[in-house]
Amino acid sequence: MLWVNERPQPFAEGMRLANLIASVKPGADLFIVNGFPVAADTELRAGDHCWLIKRGEIPSPDEIDFLLHARHTPGVHQRVRMAAVGIMGLGGLGSAVALALARIGVGRMLLVDFDLVEPTNLNRQHYFVDQIGMAKTEALRETLARVNPHLQIATVNERLTAQSIGRLFVDVDVLVECFDDPVMKAEALRVALTDLKGIGYVGASGVAGFGDNNTIRTSRIADRVFLVGDGESAAAPGQGLMAPRVGVAAHQQANQVVRILLGED
Amino acid sequence: MSHSMKIVCNGVERVCAPQTKLVDLLCDLGLEPDTVVVECDGVILRREAYDTHLLTDGSVLELIRFVGGG
Repeated sequence: MLWVNERPQPFAEGMRLANLIASVKPGADLFIVNGFPVAADTELRAGDHCWLIKRGEIPSPDEIDFLLHARHTPGVHQRVRMAAVGIMGLGGLGSAVALALARIGVGRMLLVDFDLVEPTNLNRQHYFVDQIGMAKTEALRETLARVNPHLQIATVNERLTAQSIGRLFVDVDVLVECFDDPVMKAEALRVALTDLKGIGYVGASGVAGFGDNNTIRTSRIADRVFLVGDGESAAAPGQGLMAPRVGVAAHQQANQVVRILLGED
Repeated sequence: MSHSMKIVCNGVERVCAPQTKLVDLLCDLGLEPDTVVVECDGVILRREAYDTHLLTDGSVLELIRFVGGG
């Protein structure tokens, strides 16, 4: 037995990589065995992990699904794939949360922001110089599609209010608050604890600067409602928002989303 | 009638004047009301209610304050 593109294949003595190409991946032009690129005539051994890649080809939905199954175990992947997550605000927190969730295959996301990509965003937000001036919703949708083109990404390009939060996110499993403005952070949590009660919620407060890693914490506020951050470090002159610490908080948020989806919290 | 009353705010007992409005307590605590979520006796209050809500003796408050940045 050996593994070709993560799937088991019968092994025979004297087998070479070239023998597999026609049946597994016609047109493959890049061959990886046990993590290293090799030539097509490489002789294989039982238990080898082989990857046959056709450069420039985008994997099909089934192929990506299979890979995520194999990486995460079927039970986990199935629940993550069926999930719907809303993200409010697509700045340093929201763009990083969206990327992390797209990578693990969260099947449906609703992304909301009213802002455009500006040069000052690039020190912490997942946008690129060639996206300056684009709506963040569009720029992020484009980037997520480069990670996994088979996800359902819906976007709304508008400034949220308490009313629209209560209306837009009624069908998500978990809502992630990634606003910059503390007034909107408070407004969103009020909605989460009243009109959207029962929906998972992960907010954030206190993510600026370059303070101690371990002061960024995830606190439970109510059933399936959590806040991430140190609670104190506001964005201010001399204490700007920077990719590393905002990223620590964003990934705590993303992991908390996964924990809620998997019923761990 | 008593000249003061006791409330519990994030687990800490505080003394305040009778008829104190929630908004005045928040300002005394140095908090910007718009950035604070308030649970009073188990009920999440709407922001509009802060300006008129009167605290009563024995009120139990949980305050969550937000700072900017994201």
